[in-house]
Amino acid sequence: MSAPLLSGLAPAHLVAAPVLLPLFAGVLLLLAGRLEPLPRRILGLSSSLAQVALALALLVATASGDILVYALGDWPAPFGIVLVADRLAAWMLLVTALVALFALFHASRGDDLEGRHFHVLFQLQLFGLNGAFLTGDLFNLFVFFEILLLASYGLLLHGGGPERTRAGLHFVVINLTGSTLFLFAVGALYGVLGTLNMADLAVKTAAAPAENLGVVRAAGLLLFAVFALKAALLPLYLWLPAAYASASPAVAALFAIMTKVGAYGLLRVYTLIFGAGAGGAAGLIDAWLLPLALATLALGALGALASRQLRHQVAYFVVASIGSLLTAFGLGSASGIAAGLYYLPHTTFAAAAFFLLAEAIARRRGTLADRLDPGPELIGSAGLGALFFVAAILVAGLPPLSGFLGKFMTLRAAVDHPALPWVMGIVLSAGLLSMVALARSGSLLFFRAQGRIEGATAPATLAELAPILALLGLCVTLTLWAGPASEFARATADQLLAPHGYVHAVLGQGG
Amino acid sequence: MEALIALFIGLVTGCGIYLILRMRTFPVVLGLTLLSYAVNLFLFAMGRLTVGAPPVIRVDATHYADPLPQALVLTAIVIGFAMTAFVIVLALKARAELGSDAVDGRPDQ
Repeated sequence: MSAPLLSGLAPAHLVAAPVLLPLFAGVLLLLAGRLEPLPRRILGLSSSLAQVALALALLVATASGDILVYALGDWPAPFGIVLVADRLAAWMLLVTALVALFALFHASRGDDLEGRHFHVLFQLQLFGLNGAFLTGDLFNLFVFFEILLLASYGLLLHGGGPERTRAGLHFVVINLTGSTLFLFAVGALYGVLGTLNMADLAVKTAAAPAENLGVVRAAGLLLFAVFALKAALLPLYLWLPAAYASASPAVAALFAIMTKVGAYGLLRVYTLIFGAGAGGAAGLIDAWLLPLALATLALGALGALASRQLRHQVAYFVVASIGSLLTAFGLGSASGIAAGLYYLPHTTFAAAAFFLLAEAIARRRGTLADRLDPGPELIGSAGLGALFFVAAILVAGLPPLSGFLGKFMTLRAAVDHPALPWVMGIVLSAGLLSMVALARSGSLLFFRAQGRIEGATAPATLAELAPILALLGLCVTLTLWAGPASEFARATADQLLAPHGYVHAVLGQGG
Repeated sequence: MEALIALFIGLVTGCGIYLILRMRTFPVVLGLTLLSYAVNLFLFAMGRLTVGAPPVIRVDATHYADPLPQALVLTAIVIGFAMTAFVIVLALKARAELGSDAVDGRPDQ
């Protein structure tokens, strides 16, 4: 493994590297459990940094439209398991690696010592995430989902406390139920189509005889329920606010990518296996996705407005963002998917930054913590307030930053869609509601403050704010480079809507 | 035999769902366990029910059992077992920390 890595990242093994690296780093960290915190942090951070480099290398390798296929054990598809890197996988890997790097950086300032094995779980979480984005096998996707979930259970409970236990129990039980549904869907597909390789499934679904279509469609809809649960789509979002609001800040920031795994699953499965070329099973979720996404968006915005705590509010913004994202995907057109793919990194970075910021604010308000009540003056409120302002602009989708661009691209993609009035109305009113909610929080936290808190804490240091600045900076970068980023998103959407390239890349080499 | 297996899987799934919707953590854990039994049987049945057929190539065999669902079930059993162990520990922790074995952690009325 390390030899090909050292010899200038041999492209043949590049696809497997983002999966193997966090696994090995996690195992090493487990063995190094008795070391001082510093070497463990260095190991974890360098693994995360290397994953950013690997994701960039994969992005460059796939940008031209090449689809890299890695047959594990050199068993040809569809008999062996393949890892497949296309534009979408590379894009998701890069977003994950960047969020993880800054979340880990934040945790390494002390939060990682609240419980044992934080760094191990963190790397295993990345192992599961990267694997889920790269795998080309449906059952393998289930396995990577389980890995990332098991790591996330540990991370959610990291630090302990009754709130986390309560939210963790719900999170675990609902996800275990979701996993069972996933297995039912996978089993039904295998029983009827006789394969689990996603490219082969696409071929077999298109050729499925009419008497089997009922089972295939039922399995497809079961998968929709599973991915909707992971993505926190209405009505399966109820686990999210409590879980994200109670997790420790770095974990909540990392979890900003977790709902996007569900969105990724939806995008991958319903463009590849149940895409336009799938015959009788095509357009399986078209009638469901857009209305549910719009309802999720509306509900997320209302939830944010009703929240009495800043962290709950940010969690509801995560719900709203998944609504916006799936609204864009639900339009079904290349421009809609492209808008969603541009919006995805923006919303992930913004939500992660906001979770870290909420912690920095809560730490300076004594026993009030992040409750949205008038409290003492914040120490160093100028810096925190400026960051809050930028984060609010990003989350509410106001010009000139990337949130506005993503929303604008979604609305432009919806122009020819029959549901345009609904999309326009709900996206814009959700934006307004978000703005009102954020204005209320901002004025409560920063303007209606009186008096000073006893034993005042120090103003935020640059090290504390650096991860927040970096994540917000990524959003600004996304705004400045909106041209190349949206072109890449468009190319990714085109690649997804022409799945024969994927099928050919996976099955073609096997003969 | 197919009808019997199908009925049984349906029955176990039904019991599992009923138990998952209960208020205390113990029935919920049992429900999850039953659901995972049901899904294991379901996966196994997806390779079609055969009796006395070898799963690997043999010279004198005329028909085969599908080996893949067996491998899938094995994976699912291992994962399900680990998850059950984890959720039991979590339920005990919740009982200790929240002072109640209700799923929502509220004290008894």
